[in-house]
Amino acid sequence: MGEKTLMKGNEAIAEAAIRAGCRYFFGYPITPQSELPAYLARKFPEVGGTFLQAESEVAASNMIYGAAGAGARVLTSSSSPGISLKAEGISYIAGAELPAVIINIMRGGPGLGSIQPSQADYFQATKGMAHGDFSLAVLAPSSVQEAVDLTMLAFDLADKYRNPVLLVGDGIIGQMMEPVEFKDPVDPEDLPKKEWATDGAKGREPNVINSLALDPQDLEDHNMKLKAKYDKMKEEEVRYEELYTEDADTIIVAYGTTARIASSAIEMARKEGYKVGMIRPITLFPFPTEIINKTADKVDNFLAVEMSTGQMVEDVRLAVNGKKPVHFYGRTGGVVPSPEEIVEEIEKIGGEK
Amino acid sequence: MEKEKHKNVEFDIERCKGCELCVSVCPVSIISMADDINSHGYHYAQVKEKDKCISCGMCATMCPDVVISVYKEE
Amino acid sequence: MKQVAGYPDALTDKSFHYCPGCTHGIIHRIIAEVIDELDLREETIGVAPVGCSVLAYEYFNVDMHEAAHGRAPAVATGIKRVHPDKFVFTYQGDGDLASIGTAEAVHAANRGELISTIFVNNAIYGMTGGQMAPTSLEGQKTTTSPYGRDLKEAGHPIKMSEMLTELDGSAYIARVSVHDPKHIRQAKKAIKKAFQMQLDGEGFALVEVLSTCPTNWGMKPQDAIEWLKNNMIETYPLGVLKSPEGVE
Repeated sequence: MGEKTLMKGNEAIAEAAIRAGCRYFFGYPITPQSELPAYLARKFPEVGGTFLQAESEVAASNMIYGAAGAGARVLTSSSSPGISLKAEGISYIAGAELPAVIINIMRGGPGLGSIQPSQADYFQATKGMAHGDFSLAVLAPSSVQEAVDLTMLAFDLADKYRNPVLLVGDGIIGQMMEPVEFKDPVDPEDLPKKEWATDGAKGREPNVINSLALDPQDLEDHNMKLKAKYDKMKEEEVRYEELYTEDADTIIVAYGTTARIASSAIEMARKEGYKVGMIRPITLFPFPTEIINKTADKVDNFLAVEMSTGQMVEDVRLAVNGKKPVHFYGRTGGVVPSPEEIVEEIEKIGGEK
Repeated sequence: MEKEKHKNVEFDIERCKGCELCVSVCPVSIISMADDINSHGYHYAQVKEKDKCISCGMCATMCPDVVISVYKEE
Repeated sequence: MKQVAGYPDALTDKSFHYCPGCTHGIIHRIIAEVIDELDLREETIGVAPVGCSVLAYEYFNVDMHEAAHGRAPAVATGIKRVHPDKFVFTYQGDGDLASIGTAEAVHAANRGELISTIFVNNAIYGMTGGQMAPTSLEGQKTTTSPYGRDLKEAGHPIKMSEMLTELDGSAYIARVSVHDPKHIRQAKKAIKKAFQMQLDGEGFALVEVLSTCPTNWGMKPQDAIEWLKNNMIETYPLGVLKSPEGVE
């Protein structure tokens, strides 16, 4: 504790999972996250963990579904095309109210896409992961340290809400090396017992893990119960960071790596006299709607910047609710925007100074 | 279920779906389907001549609905 | 007075929803009897499939986990890795195991996962209304092979048990039938042996159970039994295909 280690993003996330008391990983290799399973393959034997390379991401997401139902803290990781394969399992996990942590180190898409960084899975993460009325808590770090902290938080949120939690990075966060510090580790033995888990019906009625409800009223009741969880998340779990919002005319909304690039752009633009600030969502679900809406009263413009053709910008528009113009700048396909490009956009919005 | 003088085979008639698989496996051919129906509308299996039952258990083995219990004098 | 046959503890008292004469009920019962005989009820976690037996979690009086279609071996792998000291079995139909879930079955067997799989083969998709299964016989008429299964178009009936014997991780593979009491007793023996493979740490075990689907075959239960006997066994020969003791 208090000791900083230089670690690659993927590996730091893996180590953070161990520190969070996770001892089960089921996953499949895919660029740019393969270092994560490889790290756990090396380290898990040291801590009595179980690493299993599954035959596919489909199988892996069903293995975590089983292991989560059996009461364990479980992790899986993949990148965009692999997350699409996991979608089935994730819907079942949410429907059956099980905790699980999923890591998506995003790459260019659609289809096979590219192996370069992207943020084009925002809709998938926050709106359309899979069939049915459910949501994932979605956490978006913008540094390796934050990835570590949010990974540990993800396990707590998953248990608190009995819901899958998704952490989205991108190829840059996954690959880059930064100094990180870890909190005190959690011993899985110290975690509270999950009374609903399948561990053998000794001295109790059998537990059943399922998401099927053939009676429509039963299923509606169940869906309303899930919705209540998401409403509670919206009240209690919103996280974001503000930069220079006190005096800003233009607010950039960006997350992850793009937010870091944008913060460089903001420093550059401020030197030129542009009063620009940023609201950086840390939770993509629940989205920081309220702060954006309040801020809309005192600024002139919003600029959403993403590594996509425009996904989060829709949530920004919803939050701003027509009060002020919402502009968009994006690069995609694995192209990473430069701070200079973002400054140019700020200049376009703010007029020449 | 009725309490019979011969407690060797008993049918939980509400579970019976009238599939008749038990009828052909009885080696002493004493199973028949009732004219009466249970509350689900099925003609249930029955044994009228319980004294002829040899407690072989074939009917219970064949039954897909766990309708039949079989007892044997020791 | 000794009870020769009765109601197993490992079944709940809920009446089965299966069609009259459906052999799922027989198979559920003999599995439950084996669980009772091996005193496993409080240690068991079963994985239910998607198919007619999707509600299996209401019938087995043990912890149960409902899997997505075909994924039961993956779900079971997750459970068994978390609880290696517990007994884990999957119950799957032919769509579940021989179609959508083939990869999961092959890899669980290949890894030698210490789980036991009961594979119910009735050569058709029951729950969804009688479509062709990979296990449907040549010429068999179903809603998606209305002119009879054409091998050129749809391939051959798939022999899952034979395939799985090729994998070194599989310890015991047997194919049985439940068309008469003698075969039902043999099926129960095979299931007990398969479960013992898990308890002894030998490896993956699978018992393929030839079964009937009177409703979708369009037959009375007794006629369906005859159809199984006269048609399925030729394509799917019965016997122990793989065992630690070796086979004939």
